[in-house]
Amino acid sequence: MEPDLWSLYRQMLRSRRFEEFVKDLWEKGKISGEMHLGIGEEAIAAGVVDHLQEGDAMALDHRGTPPLVARGVDLVVLLREFLGSEDGLCCGMGGHMHLFSPEHLAASSGIVGSSGPVAAGFALAAQCLRPENLAVAFFGEGAMNQGMLVETLNLAVAWKLPMLFVCKDNQWAITTLSHSVTGGNLIDRAKAFGMPAMEIDGTDVEAVWNAAGQGADRARNGNGPTFLLAHCPRLEGHFLMIGQIRTDQDRDPLDRIQRRLGTEKTRLEEIQKEVDQEIQKAVEIALSSP
Amino acid sequence: MRTMSFADAIEDALSDAMASDSRIVILGEDVHALRMNLFARFGEQRVRSAPISEAAFVGAAVGAAMAGLRPVVEVMLVDFIGVAMDALLNHAAKIEAFSGGKWKVPLVVRTACGGGYGDSGQHEQTLWGWLAHIPGLTVVAPSTPADAGGMMLSAIEHEGPVIYLEHKLLASYWLYYMGSGGRTTVGFDVPLEGVSGPVPDSWTPVPLGKAATRREGEDITLVSVAVGVHRCMEAAAVLEEKGISAGVLDLRTVSPLDREVLCGAISRSGRLLVVDEDYRDFGLSGELAAVVLEAGITVRYGRVCTEGTIPYSRELEDQVLPNTRRIVDAALKLMER
Repeated sequence: MEPDLWSLYRQMLRSRRFEEFVKDLWEKGKISGEMHLGIGEEAIAAGVVDHLQEGDAMALDHRGTPPLVARGVDLVVLLREFLGSEDGLCCGMGGHMHLFSPEHLAASSGIVGSSGPVAAGFALAAQCLRPENLAVAFFGEGAMNQGMLVETLNLAVAWKLPMLFVCKDNQWAITTLSHSVTGGNLIDRAKAFGMPAMEIDGTDVEAVWNAAGQGADRARNGNGPTFLLAHCPRLEGHFLMIGQIRTDQDRDPLDRIQRRLGTEKTRLEEIQKEVDQEIQKAVEIALSSP
Repeated sequence: MRTMSFADAIEDALSDAMASDSRIVILGEDVHALRMNLFARFGEQRVRSAPISEAAFVGAAVGAAMAGLRPVVEVMLVDFIGVAMDALLNHAAKIEAFSGGKWKVPLVVRTACGGGYGDSGQHEQTLWGWLAHIPGLTVVAPSTPADAGGMMLSAIEHEGPVIYLEHKLLASYWLYYMGSGGRTTVGFDVPLEGVSGPVPDSWTPVPLGKAATRREGEDITLVSVAVGVHRCMEAAAVLEEKGISAGVLDLRTVSPLDREVLCGAISRSGRLLVVDEDYRDFGLSGELAAVVLEAGITVRYGRVCTEGTIPYSRELEDQVLPNTRRIVDAALKLMER
């Protein structure tokens, strides 16, 4: 199987453009509280979510927007949620860290590491009720030092759960360099629990897609969980704030795929135009009174 | 009517429910042994033993409830719930609200609680007030076999998370495991009416949030849950000999509180004595006072609670946990004023 890079590119760009508007609205004071963007993680989200089928589930962390955009959640209701509107995805009760779409079986949480246990529960329900389905847990490398997530690696193997653990490694746990507070390495750690673990460049959507596909096949065939360690940049810092640590500006996953697809300039520009129009329109509708 | 033990009533109701709804699964440590009959009847897929990882498997139970199962997840003793607290505090309790009411978490957390057998403060707490403090959690603590079965059924049918507390002095297998270990050389102050009693021929749900009047009384109302209800009944009998008519109200559900029945009883007697095996400060006993005062009822108020860390020594433990003598003394004091 080969990935449809054009379709993956479109998903990555949709998420990027959407979050650029979110950033702008946050700066204008229209979005309250913290704002953790997934800018820099788009290749991971697009490459993993492309493998999901009806009935598959996702547990997301505080950067849940890119996977939800890729999964097809309505952008107007998503943005309205950020704006605190009653017409938002969660009626204004959740905000960007607590996004819930039951129809997509997608749930996010602002507690670091909690996507592990929740995804394990999604996978358990799949195992009992929908054996062809799987569940994905998205989390950062900082979460890998959280007990509930590490316990879940064990539980998933012990119960042979149809799961994909997707560790987005941007090297930073808030303002602490993760390697300075982490024993051993995460691939060895995951393997020690008895599951396959793959290390990939999380800015390379094709590499993500290939690895996630192997993990998804394994899960659907009843062979248990797989761990993916995907390295990515943290282009907008831990959250939006002046003076944040913004890393690896030269490792933008969007630049990478645009270079890759750049030989077909017209098609690339066509997609950009379509996505720009789609996102702009969604933002306009979201901002207009319902 | 049948006669059944408290423990068998829970298991019998659970077994009936599992037979009629294949979405009900049991997860937890040692459940293959603790729930041997259910394990034999329903198999290892539906009665699934977990590693000693409450943070992971209680969290997983939340996710499973969100994705179509109706889990009964067991936290052996409520004292161990601390390590799984994030799953309850930040997930199970909040997801319905956070999702704008669109996503519900039909989860039962079954857990043993309570003291009186010399196991001290990490194994004998009740914590129902502490758990009930969290909006979004329903907390129940039955005191009779009939309620134990009927409330297990209603907990399973409830569309939100329910903490189901099973007192170890009522569920005799727990007392056997934790207290006697098969010895006949030790004894416990077990309330027999709670350990075994009449149950309906077929189980029907006992509604959540509804208190039960266990004894009518005009002079003072003793309010409690679980083992405390039986201590109140003993105290009421002693008070009767002294010419005092004491009523006993069994809350059955800690949260949501049955404010109506509580306020009705207190407005008639004018005296409220709360008997709470949970900690005194910032808990159920204070909440009951607040509810009654908010309703504008003039009341004389007292409480008999656990005031500090539960000691190991049986003698000290007996003084710390609410006992009949303390209840009688506190009631007499309220009658004096």
